[in-house]
Amino acid sequence: MANSDLAKLEAIAREGRVQIIRMLTHAGSGHPGGSLSVIDILTDLYFNRMRYDARRPTWEDRDRLVLSKGHCVPAQYFCMARAGYFPESSLLTLRKLGSPLQGHPDRMALPGIEAATGSLGQGLSVAIGMALGLKLAGKGSRVYCVMGDGEMQEGQVWESLMSGPKLGAPDLHLDNLCVILDYNGIQLDSFVKKILDLEPVVDKLKAFGWPVLDINGHDIGQVDKALDQALATKGAPTFVVAHTVKGKGVSFMENDPEWHGKSPKPNEAVEAIREIVGEPTPEWAAPIIAELQAMEKKRCPPRPPAPRSEKR
Amino acid sequence: MPAKASRAAFGEALIDLAATNDRIVTLDADLSKSTMTAKFAKAYPSRAFNLGIAESGMIGVAAGLALAGRVPFACSFACFIVGRFETIRVSVAYTNAPVRLVGTHVGVAIGEDGYTQMGLEDIACIRSLPNIPIVQPADEIETKQAVAYAAEHDGPLYLRLTRQNLEPVHEASYRFAFGKADVLKPGHDVTILATGGTVWNSLEAAKKLAESGINAEVINVATIKPLDEDAIVLSAGKTGRVVTVEDHSIHGGLGGAVAEMLGEVMPTPVKRLGVATFGESGDAKGLYTKHGLDPDGIARSIAKFLNR
Repeated sequence: MANSDLAKLEAIAREGRVQIIRMLTHAGSGHPGGSLSVIDILTDLYFNRMRYDARRPTWEDRDRLVLSKGHCVPAQYFCMARAGYFPESSLLTLRKLGSPLQGHPDRMALPGIEAATGSLGQGLSVAIGMALGLKLAGKGSRVYCVMGDGEMQEGQVWESLMSGPKLGAPDLHLDNLCVILDYNGIQLDSFVKKILDLEPVVDKLKAFGWPVLDINGHDIGQVDKALDQALATKGAPTFVVAHTVKGKGVSFMENDPEWHGKSPKPNEAVEAIREIVGEPTPEWAAPIIAELQAMEKKRCPPRPPAPRSEKR
Repeated sequence: MPAKASRAAFGEALIDLAATNDRIVTLDADLSKSTMTAKFAKAYPSRAFNLGIAESGMIGVAAGLALAGRVPFACSFACFIVGRFETIRVSVAYTNAPVRLVGTHVGVAIGEDGYTQMGLEDIACIRSLPNIPIVQPADEIETKQAVAYAAEHDGPLYLRLTRQNLEPVHEASYRFAFGKADVLKPGHDVTILATGGTVWNSLEAAKKLAESGINAEVINVATIKPLDEDAIVLSAGKTGRVVTVEDHSIHGGLGGAVAEMLGEVMPTPVKRLGVATFGESGDAKGLYTKHGLDPDGIARSIAKFLNR
């Protein structure tokens, strides 16, 4: 990838981080940690990789994305808005009554969402079925499945890991499928290692028959190279283990299980966004910061001066 | 027409339909010999997928196939299908993936294998999902037409099939209509609403009731969801008494659906016949006798219900 392209993608991901923080602050709930850890992967998928037409979300020859870790859908909503599926202003309706931007992805509510997810561990089987269906139909479309590390603990995932590399053999191997694990090491209750360790996950996946690539999921160049390699791999689907940092980009959120499922307060959001965009504040970020500062003011109005007691 | 299990009629129908519909595929979880898709797999090996004993994965894969434009029939014993309710709930129902879920080996009639293999709560589970219709045919001719309908239905659907042979209850000229109940025997003293394996038994029970001067109307409810409200209300208005008969838990099945509907639309005394306990091993006939689902048992319960 050319350096200029990489810089462009990094700029989009930075904007994505800001919008994730903004959306969740307005929603008053949601999952910042995993949204921030997956945004670089989704940025490459949406803006450098997948074939789609935002004006025709059901175009038959499109590539498909199944975000199995559905709770991190704010990151996907940002990408979809920026890609033109819906106006960016809709992002602030996240989790609000009547909004197509449901707390977890709803295929029927929002065209462009390929499957309802969020009940963890189901997305991989659905993605495998899609890949098989596209092969049966003779389509060249690809299927990407983005998983969380916590959901790797679900039994259904291992059913699918067993079948994925074998299904469709000998004529319809699912080499049109690429799975990407957002390995941020933290789940709701605590660290994955403490709850139910996945290690040695690469060995396990290889033993199940998957070609495995081990990368840094925040290095968009590495992500893109891995997806190239998956594209070139024939006869089997590819599994990309992308090492990430939960809460990436916001130092007070990074690697802290507390920020798995808690939205920032407006003042925290301002601090987070300032850190993401750096100094001096870019022009596009200034109104967002102002908007959040106004929210903070409304939430904690400055105390009026104490009334002077009147002397009689 | 000889008696035939609806699972067997299903397997035959699929092979016929697949000849003209190349989008049909089957999925199994190591029970294809029992769900009767094994012959389909032989006829169309590239369109039959055995996922191993992994029903959640199978249902998820079926959802993906459906979303990619295939017409998947995902088959297992009914208890194992709805045992993966969470996958059905999200990846099939909420996603609105047009998966044809096929649950075989329903009710205590499977006999000797005992409770763990009996589909006794499947209707109740699937009924709670807003967008999955439930179809349970009563004989071979109805099954074949129901399968043909399922292949064309726009959305997910649940097909409930028996292990045991079913005596024919329809003439060769019968035409299955989705969402419609059909009156098999007109009557005016009591309405018997039966489904699946208990329809023939209910017709036999009606004959016995006739001997004691009770003229029962027997209606086959093949589409359990959505319920044919008009037909049921019409009959209940005429008879004033409704009895439901099903090889399923009395909680949440056909009986539950009918009682809920009549309670709102036209309160009518309803007696639910079905299975009120866990199942157990035994011969099918003995189990039907034990649970009062044999013709004698049905007739006895109805006479008691009518104070006759």
